Amino acid sequence: MASRIEPPLALLAEVTHRCPLRCPYCSNPIELDRASHELPEQEWRRVLTQAAALGVLQVHFSGGEPMVRRDLAALIGEASRCGLYSNLITSGTLGGERELQTFAAAGLKHVQLSFQDSTSNGGDRIAGLPRAHEKKIAFAKAVRAVGLPLTLNVVVHRQNVAGLAEMIEMAVALQARRIEIAHVQYYGWALANRGALLPTREQLDAATGLVETTRERLKGVLTIDYVVPDYYAVRPKSCMNGWGRQFLNVTPAGKVVPCHAAQTIADLVVPSVRDGSLADIWYHSEAFNRFRGTGWMPEPCRSCDRREIDWGGCRCQAFLLAGDASRADPVCSLSPDHSIIETARQEAQSLSHAFAYRHYG
Amino acid sequence: MDRLVVSAASILRLAPHIVFRFDETRQRWIMMAPERLMLPDEQAVEILQLMDGQTGVGTIIDTLAARYSQAPRELIARDVTAMLQDLADKGVLADGVTD
Ligand code: SF4
Ligand code: SF4
Repeated sequence: MASRIEPPLALLAEVTHRCPLRCPYCSNPIELDRASHELPEQEWRRVLTQAAALGVLQVHFSGGEPMVRRDLAALIGEASRCGLYSNLITSGTLGGERELQTFAAAGLKHVQLSFQDSTSNGGDRIAGLPRAHEKKIAFAKAVRAVGLPLTLNVVVHRQNVAGLAEMIEMAVALQARRIEIAHVQYYGWALANRGALLPTREQLDAATGLVETTRERLKGVLTIDYVVPDYYAVRPKSCMNGWGRQFLNVTPAGKVVPCHAAQTIADLVVPSVRDGSLADIWYHSEAFNRFRGTGWMPEPCRSCDRREIDWGGCRCQAFLLAGDASRADPVCSLSPDHSIIETARQEAQSLSHAFAYRHYG
Repeated sequence: MDRLVVSAASILRLAPHIVFRFDETRQRWIMMAPERLMLPDEQAVEILQLMDGQTGVGTIIDTLAARYSQAPRELIARDVTAMLQDLADKGVLADGVTD
């Protein structure tokens, strides 16, 4: 097999897990990295330099809330010096115009700001933080005031999807050029809260219909990116466009993984930026090579004509739900484990609203 | 914000925060926009290189028509306008004269 390994396109730099919010679907692992384990500025600079040399084009500064780090502007500056196109993924609850000015001066190209709902009541409850929504609105205005392009990111689920139309209007009013509407993906915290989050089939169809008509109406004004919940799909999503094909993720403590959830795969030996260069890790580590390409696949993927389209779906989901990261993603109706998904869907029809908020264990 | 409609009279430039550059690793031209990476084909690269915020779309079409005299001008005009409209809808282009 061994087709040529292409260099990665993007780096997700999770500079911290600290965050003032407590979203019940947070994509951070249940075992959050503590501040004392975070890579210091010098090591992040080295990571950025190595990423650019490896062929990475875009860096997404993320977390947690990346703005808790005092050296964020310095890191953005380093990314720019290396020729990386940089994006800030933030909750917008720390700082405002003054910080954004420094980031823009350091070469930041774009801000992606999360919202939890279209209203303060809903937003603050889901974020688990009073006044979060109001701070986000002010932050969005500050982004536009310093002239940076803005994307809103809203994670939708059973408890807020009814306000989707208002969320889209909010994006237009705040002069965002793009809105990313993502149904929750069920790993870590979200999996623990699945009963309270998974939408019903009716809710999903209504949301999808709304996105389709609105997309047409707002063409050229607002781009709508829509990620459907794979629990209702027949075939899985192409997770990260394939394991070790385009993305790499560096965690706060310097672990290097093919996707942000990969540390949930218990027996994966995860390399660290302290063990070797990013290039070494990308091309030669066991972790990145383990599910690359199609050679690792069992049936039904091995002989499926979609094996190079969805790459067998998500490895983490296979591990979490079927107990083995090398099985087909249970979301796929061809998977022998598909009944797990069917059960979850049925459970979604009976309502529950209580959240388990994220916290340090 | 209104939709930017491209015509022969338009004067266009890349929107701020769009990076169009040659990538040494991959030996090809790339265009980076917020959360989007585009790999323009040879034809698109040629058009983008002619776009400087001062030259009108009509003039760009003339230049290409002169370069590729075997293709009818209307065909070139249609392709160029469609490509630029598509980029404008993706938020990649801005008006060259205003702001
Ligand atoms: S999902 Fe919520 S809690 Fe998790 S990092 Fe983002 S803003 Fe913070
Ligand atoms: S069998 Fe495997 S490759 Fe085929 S659609 Fe399902 S997950 Fe994808």
